[in-house]
This record gives sequence, C-alpha cells and structure tokens, in this order.
Amino acid sequence: MKFRGKIIDVACLNHFTRVVTTISKLTKTCVLRLTPDNLFFILSGKVTNGGVSMWCELLQNNFFDEYQMEGVSSEFNQICLEVSPENLSRALRTVQCAKSVKIKLTKKHCACLTVAAELPTLSSASRVVTHDVPVEVIPRRLWQEFKEPVMPDFDVSIYLPPLKMLKNVVDRMKNLSNFLVIEANMNGEMNLKIQTDLVSVSTHFKDLGNPPWGEDASQDGGPSQRGDPELLAEATVDIRKLQQFLVGQQVNPSKAMCNIVHQNVVHLILLHEDVSLQYFIPAVA
Amino acid sequence: MQCVVTGGNVKVLGKAVHSLSRIGDELYVEPQEEGLALRSVNSSRSAYASFLFAPLFFSRYSIPRGLNFRCKLAIKSVQTVFRSLATLEKTVEKCHIGLDEQKDRLTFTLHCKHGLLKTHNLSYQDSESLEAVFDKDSCANVFRAQPRVLVDTVVHFPTSLEEVTLTLSDERMWVRNHVEDEAERSKAVLTELCLAADEFDHFDIKLHNSITFCLKEFRGLLLFAESTGLPVTMYLDEPGSPVVLSVTDSVLEGNFVLATLSDDHYLRQSNRGADAEQTRPPDDFMNDDMDAYLIAMDSSVAPGPSTADPPSLAAFRKPPAPNYRTRTYSEEEEDGEEDPERPPDKKFRSLFFGSVLPPSPRRSSQPFTTQEVLASDSEEDEAEAD
Repeated sequence: MKFRGKIIDVACLNHFTRVVTTISKLTKTCVLRLTPDNLFFILSGKVTNGGVSMWCELLQNNFFDEYQMEGVSSEFNQICLEVSPENLSRALRTVQCAKSVKIKLTKKHCACLTVAAELPTLSSASRVVTHDVPVEVIPRRLWQEFKEPVMPDFDVSIYLPPLKMLKNVVDRMKNLSNFLVIEANMNGEMNLKIQTDLVSVSTHFKDLGNPPWGEDASQDGGPSQRGDPELLAEATVDIRKLQQFLVGQQVNPSKAMCNIVHQNVVHLILLHEDVSLQYFIPAVA
Repeated sequence: MQCVVTGGNVKVLGKAVHSLSRIGDELYVEPQEEGLALRSVNSSRSAYASFLFAPLFFSRYSIPRGLNFRCKLAIKSVQTVFRSLATLEKTVEKCHIGLDEQKDRLTFTLHCKHGLLKTHNLSYQDSESLEAVFDKDSCANVFRAQPRVLVDTVVHFPTSLEEVTLTLSDERMWVRNHVEDEAERSKAVLTELCLAADEFDHFDIKLHNSITFCLKEFRGLLLFAESTGLPVTMYLDEPGSPVVLSVTDSVLEGNFVLATLSDDHYLRQSNRGADAEQTRPPDDFMNDDMDAYLIAMDSSVAPGPSTADPPSLAAFRKPPAPNYRTRTYSEEEEDGEEDPERPPDKKFRSLFFGSVLPPSPRRSSQPFTTQEVLASDSEEDEAEAD
C-alpha cells in the first residue's frame, strides 16, 4: 500500500483544509477511503453515533497536483484508513502558508498519515514541518461497511433554504426542544416545527423549488408519480444532529437538497464544485 | 513609593503582567533600587518568571531609601488594570503606581485622555521573597532569535500541548512535541520541525542533547517578546537543568526559568530522531512502501539528532517529595533578608522545580543534588520551623 499526494496551489490547500475541517465538525472519527480518482470521508451509521451516516466525495484531481497511490492489491486498488479528522484538520490549518504540502501514508511507531509541509523562511533553506497523524488501516474484509450509500426511495425532494438562515432557525429551536419535525412537499414548501408542553413553534419556507430528479432517481419511478404535490412528507429528528451538520458548513454550496422518506430518514445533499457531501439523519420513533 | 509610567511603556508594563499571568496566579511585587521587580511562579514550582524594570523605564521612580518591601497580589486584579491593551495604548497617557502601607494597598491610577482618571486600589499580602537563582553564564548552549521565528515555530503545536522537546546539534535545532506515555503515542499527532542555525541571530551549541520543557510558559514569554519586538535569548544546559529565556533591553530585563525533564527519562524513549526527515526530503515515495502491517522503521535520509549520553542516574531517581518543597520555601524566607544592594544571586536555587505533570518516578526535581545549595545545613532545622 502506498499513498502520496502533493498540493502546491494555495487555493487548493485552503479548500481541502476547509473540507477536512467541516468533516471534523461532524464526527470524531471517520474512514478515509483512497482510490486512484477519489478521496472519500465516510461515516457509517451505527448506534453509537445515533444512526447518522455521512459520505463525502472529493475528486483528487481538483486538489492534488501530484497523486500516487497503490491499493491493497491490483484487484482491490483502494486504501481504507480510520482517522480522526480533527487531527488532520489541525495539522493542515497550521500550514496554510506553505509552499507545498505532501500527505503520505507512512509507518512510524504505527501507521500514520504524514503531513509534510515546506514553509517559507527568511533564511536560505525552507523549513519542513511534519505532522504524523496516527491512522488505522482497515482490513479488506470490513470494506463492505463503507460502500456508497444508495439513494433512498424518497417521498419528497426539495432544495434547502440558505444554510445560514436554516442554522439560525435551528439554533433558536434547539433551546426549546430536542426534537424537530422537518416536513416538505413537492411544491417547494418546507416547514420546521417543534412542539413542547408550553409552546409550539413552526417556521415556514416557500418557493424553495424541487430538484428535477427524473426517472432514474427513486426506484419507484420518480416522486412526480406520487400524486398530490401538496402532500407533505415529514420526519422527526434529533435537533442536535441537524445542528451539528449545519454548524460545520463553512462555504455555501452550489446546491443544497433534502430528501425525506416519510417518518424514516432525512437525507441531506450538499454539492460544491469538486466536493459532494451526503448526510443521513434517521427519524426518531 | 511613587512610580510613574508614561506613553508606550504603559503597554509594555501591561504586557509583562499578562505574560506573568501565564505562569502563576499571584504577582510578586518588589520595588528595589535597581528597579521594580515583578515576578511569578507556578504552583508546582516548575516555572518562574521575573521582569525587572529599571528606574529609567519610569518617568518617575522614587522609593524611600532603605525600603524593604515586597508583596503579592492576585494577578487577575492587576490584569484588570491593564485589560484591553489596545485601548490602553490609545487612551492612557500615564500610569501612576503608589503604595499605601497603612491600608495594605497598591494604587494604580491611569491618567487617560479627556481628564479621565481610573483608580484601582488593589490589596496586597505580605510575602516572602521570590527569587529563583540561576546562572546563565554556565549554560552550555545559548542561542538568540527574533520572536517571529519562535512564534512561527510554536504555532504548529496545538495549544493544549503540554511539553515540547528541543534537540540540538551544531547546525540545527529540532522541535517536536513530547508524548509522555506509550498509550498516547498511538493516538497523538506527532509534530516535528527543524530550524537551521542561520535562522537565529546567535547559535552557540557546545552540547548536543535534548531538552524537554513546558510549552505553555514558553508561550507566555513569546507573548511579551512578540509585542515588544525584543529578541529572545535561550540558555540551555543538561536535561534536568532549567532552561532560561531572556528578553532584555536598556531599561528592562525579563527572565523565564522553566524546569526540564531530567535525563533518565530519555533512556526510556527509543531513538525517535531517526524517523523524521530532517532535511529537504528527496522524492521519498519509494521509502513509504507500506505493506499490510509489516513495515520496517522508515529510516531517515539525514542524520537524526543525537541523544546525549546520560550521566549517572543515581542522582536523578528520587521522586519529588511535597514536604521537601515546603521546607525549601521557608528557607527562602530566611534568606529573603539579604542586602538589596547586592546583585541577585545568580546561582540557581533550583529547589523549586518539581514536576509539572502528576508525580512520576521518572521525573525528578533533583538537579540540585549536583549543584551548590546555599545554606544547606540549615534545612534540617527549618523542617520544624515550618
């Protein structure tokens, strides 16, 4: 197994760092999967993280000027590592002014992702800083846990309102209740509702628009076949999970969508130019 | 006692106070003929800092002849006087420090623009003399750097990091974080960087060794150095001997004395120096061949830092005994009455320096067994007087 990537462009380094930082706000540990064309940050839904799962896909070409990898074998040309994104994010954040940053898989006292940066200095030689981020190699037999999630058979798919606005609403609601109802319909309407013994609050969004998934989206042939576009699908989720997702977002995505499977799961999709992030929040009973 | 600080020096004084707050919770104030001394020490006595402001630092510095006064204040209250240094700079014209012995108060009066007067009356407690004695001249390794170089170095280490190790050779200094136990190693990020001799204003290394000390207090000094732009001089010696950091100019002198890990600790560590690439690494992709958990240690291209031959261990094994420290503290009291005109004793009264982290047998505070101790015979007598 070998991996070596090099980033020279400052903007790419910045962008990559921001992605890793966003991931670090969503989870304490995750799986980094490396293939010849992509990097994936994966969190598989388990009871321990409240059933939340995440899939973040990056095109390596958009970030790395040099990228070489050799997987476990030629048949399975991938590497799966368990890593703490916070460690990686911190290491990257300190080297934003570097002339170049290399990320490689190394073995020190244990398997590590080494971030080696060349920093500009006033003297003749440049300074090299290395951060050895410990990782754990995930054996091939466990790889099936980290496959790309299947698009759920959603009842409603809708564009999200601006994330900042959403975050403000959710932040306020969090003070009142632990559970939030997200409901939306195929007519561009979305409501966020909370209910306690003393008070109920709901925020209504209109004219959000619905993504045109077409026939290849849902397995049933498309939500347009479900009839009444006014019909609301809803799911009740733990508000903290939604808040955690929103807190981490640092850049406005080009597209932000939400798919709801009625009383089952909320599937959030954020698309940036070269990064896509999917986040699944299960509905509470 | 009347001291008046004007103009930009108010900010310098404030910065010194904030810097000292990184060391301990109490500020020891001692006006002397050679200047006003502000000092602090941490609770485990493993870090000490002192600033001496010469009379010329003040626009007025008058202390009664023969004044033998020292006190301590809660450092947080002094920090309140100098809160918001940016505003201080813009609005404060002068700062007057006065002593009211009858009411046990130090009065800080800030004369601000538009005739505004802010008066802070801070109560003090009488205190013993606090002075670590150290000998910079006997240190084997000395170097001096602009604060920017050091700030750019520590920025790579997380603020939560406890300790950092400096490894010295003729032309280079490696800086890396120190991880205490084996269990942490597999989880902690190990950061390492290398500074070349030509990044320093002065780099005089006689002894190749590795020194480990606490980063938090080091950052405290850098806070002051960076804001005043004064170069930092570091004096290092054997592991276990304290490291001294100094900033000086014509009207002030600041010294931070930090305890270091003693030598027996280094025997336990495998030679980590080998596993980092010290110089500009050539294309090292091939060296990073990693095969299903069966990898030999990544061997470095350039020679790694050397670890010094440990001196005899016998002296360093004793675990720190808390009551021992209290004994020495009262010894201080005894010696506090020394003639203020004599320049401060430079021999290190190293009895302070205990463990930074929870006591472990490896870490010892016993370098003094090899150094001359003042009034050593009186220790036993002091035990009862405690």
